[in-house]
Amino acid sequence: MKTPLIAAGLALAFALSGQAEEKPVLKVYTYSSFASDWGPGPQIEKAFEKECGCDLQWVTAGDGAALLGRLRLEGEKTEADVVLGLDTNLIVRARETGLFARAPEAAAFDNLPIPWTDPDFLPFDWGYFAFVHDRNRLAKAPGSFRDLAAAPDDLRIVIEDPRSSTPGLGLLLWVKAVYGDKAAEIWRRLKPKIVTVTKGWSEAYGMFLEGEADMVLSYTTSPAYHINVEKDDSKAAAIFDEGHYMQIEVMGITRTSNRPELARRFVRFMLSDEAQAIIPVTNWMYPVRMPPEGLPRGFEQLVPREKAILLPPEEAARLRDAALAEWLAVMSE
Amino acid sequence: MKGGANPLVWIGGGAAALVLLLAFGTLAALALRAESASGLGPGDWAAIRFTLLQALISAALSVLLALPVARALARRHFPGKRLLTTLLGAPFILPVIVAVLGIVTIFGRRGLVNAALAALGLPPIEIYGLGGIVLAHVFFNLPLATRLFLQAHLSIPAEHFRLAAALGFSDRAVRRHLERPAIARVLPGAFVTILLLCLTSFAVALTLGGGPRATTIELAIYQAFTFDFDLGRAALLALVELALCAVAASSALAAGTAPEAAPSLVAAPWRPDGRSPAARIVDGGWILLAALFLLLPTGSIALGGLVHLADLPAAIWPALGRSLLVALAAMTLTLSLALGLAGLALALEGRWGRVIEGIGFLPLATSPMVLGAGLFILLFPTFPPRTLALPVTALVNGVMSLPFALRALLPEMRQIEADHGRLADALGLVGLARLRRLHLPLLARPLGFSAGLTAALSMGDLGVIALFATPTEATLPMQVQLLMASYRMGAASAAALVLLLASLALFWIFDRGGRAHARA
Repeated sequence: MKTPLIAAGLALAFALSGQAEEKPVLKVYTYSSFASDWGPGPQIEKAFEKECGCDLQWVTAGDGAALLGRLRLEGEKTEADVVLGLDTNLIVRARETGLFARAPEAAAFDNLPIPWTDPDFLPFDWGYFAFVHDRNRLAKAPGSFRDLAAAPDDLRIVIEDPRSSTPGLGLLLWVKAVYGDKAAEIWRRLKPKIVTVTKGWSEAYGMFLEGEADMVLSYTTSPAYHINVEKDDSKAAAIFDEGHYMQIEVMGITRTSNRPELARRFVRFMLSDEAQAIIPVTNWMYPVRMPPEGLPRGFEQLVPREKAILLPPEEAARLRDAALAEWLAVMSE
Repeated sequence: MKGGANPLVWIGGGAAALVLLLAFGTLAALALRAESASGLGPGDWAAIRFTLLQALISAALSVLLALPVARALARRHFPGKRLLTTLLGAPFILPVIVAVLGIVTIFGRRGLVNAALAALGLPPIEIYGLGGIVLAHVFFNLPLATRLFLQAHLSIPAEHFRLAAALGFSDRAVRRHLERPAIARVLPGAFVTILLLCLTSFAVALTLGGGPRATTIELAIYQAFTFDFDLGRAALLALVELALCAVAASSALAAGTAPEAAPSLVAAPWRPDGRSPAARIVDGGWILLAALFLLLPTGSIALGGLVHLADLPAAIWPALGRSLLVALAAMTLTLSLALGLAGLALALEGRWGRVIEGIGFLPLATSPMVLGAGLFILLFPTFPPRTLALPVTALVNGVMSLPFALRALLPEMRQIEADHGRLADALGLVGLARLRRLHLPLLARPLGFSAGLTAALSMGDLGVIALFATPTEATLPMQVQLLMASYRMGAASAAALVLLLASLALFWIFDRGGRAHARA
């Protein structure tokens, strides 16, 4: 009964892609919330298409890890020209696929707290992981992992699972980078305060907003959303003495791209003032370059540069499995 | 369903082949792409044990609680009963992430229940742990079990009740001689269906289970795929899931009782039992408890959505259109496949009939992650995933809903064959004519129910579309998730309300249509 409808839909889809054939098509793979109606995707697409005379198409997978999974499923036959939205924890495995070409030259990233030297991937935004709380419910937040670990057990936090979410993996590496061999001890003391561990960021943040936890693992820039969109000043990120682990989101050009010149142009565009100004208020992350007009409220630098923590990609890849095993052992006790 | 020239048997064969291809073909595709062979670690075995434990408890409790609720609904008549019965089905069709938040607002630390306990000076309850998982799984599956049992109650012929009244049967005798055989026909199938649904649980189990102790097989598969990209292990774990399914399904089907030979008239019969005030109070209590348990979280979701209705973004409407299209296509597919499979199972009967019935359960035991990835490998790069997003989603949703339709249709069709099979044989009524003249008119009620259920289910996200679709062709459940991923929890709850209403409306329309066409 519905077959004609589906056929019509398919025909329409082919017709549309046929029309687009006149312009060169650039396929950019990214995670789905980046390309959603509420992410940076639509504005970036409009701005880039205005200057490139091309058709920019987003192809999406759930999150950064799923994006890499999809790319590995496709292998050499991938249609991707650019992959945007992997993070530093995924760089080593992304490079191992042999699918990526060298990145084009790029000037310094004046808003990134650490020097960038990777030959294949360029950063386009970044953030600090942090525990976010509501000032009305928790007047004084802990100022370090030590404080948090020593806090009474009725301070409740919700975190994401490192096996299924990038913030969860970030927290795992954060604790490992700061506490090394003592990481298990910190986790043992944090455990009674952990309400639950969720599959992804949305569940955790949703539970926090429902009042189920006093603090949630998110980003220092999360309050900026509430300030700018909801005009709500009650959310704040707790700044920890030990420093904050970074998530740097990167992009790379595939070796198999048929339009390497256009791909390089897009990568350069992502680093332009225009694109960098779109990022903060749509992706709620810091741009890697400071736009001339500055940043909106909520993007003040709360963490001193020297307190930025990031394990080098090789180190992160080396530590990951052992840190996960240690975490699983403590959390299952 | 006798006769070799029966086209239904051919459709059934095709349906069985399609299910087998989706279940095993995708698994094989994944295994063949694996870069290294890997076995199961101790963590995997722990996950398998835990998965089985929580699924058994969840399924047993769902079924046990559904028994008195279904009886109460069958015995009592009150204004708004139809609406209530429909609304009680809502949890089953809610997107998982939304339902979890609904449960938390009622049963969580700051939830309604704890507020009430605090007001009474009682200590708070903590749901996180095995209890939370079971609570959530009962919340999701009690509606399904109740509906399947209610169908069974309604299939007890009115003459039997009149006879029981004439013979002066006690309530207990009615229960023993009339209810028990009817329930026994659907109980094993209902139990296995729910068991399998709980076996593939992931986000619910992790979130309400309180952490890694609540690791299920499906989480291990997800981890193998995205965290380790170990396709071999993902395929192996999926195979374990299928094996568990096979054991569960075959033991339940073996326990199934033979159909009763009795004339089947499908209408709500007058009943002589449950006249005492005590019985009325007990029934009322069960209906009230079930309504509170199921409607409070759903209500809080609806309320949260209503408050944020003004935030509803325009992008919701095209997504709703796409979801409706997918749901109707999937429903058409499901009904054709289910009628075919049921016809084939009846034509074969005996051991092979049971095998076919078992195949009908397979979609429930298929890991959504492996199904999606396997399909992707099979289709890419011959077919561009972009253009296939909606057809693939409709196909997968249609097949995934098959077990529910089969559960509702097969026992009824078996009964019809037992009642009228010989007469139809004598009249030479075979093939499609037999389906049209004999089965379809008598099947109106379960057909309507199956159509409504599968359409509503297909409105929800069954996890596969994420690998294929891009946000520009997102379905409604996908938009709900994207809104949440962009901090817009308020707008997401409004969109979830739209999804809930649309799913309920679809269910209502088809279920009602079925009831209207049922012959009294």
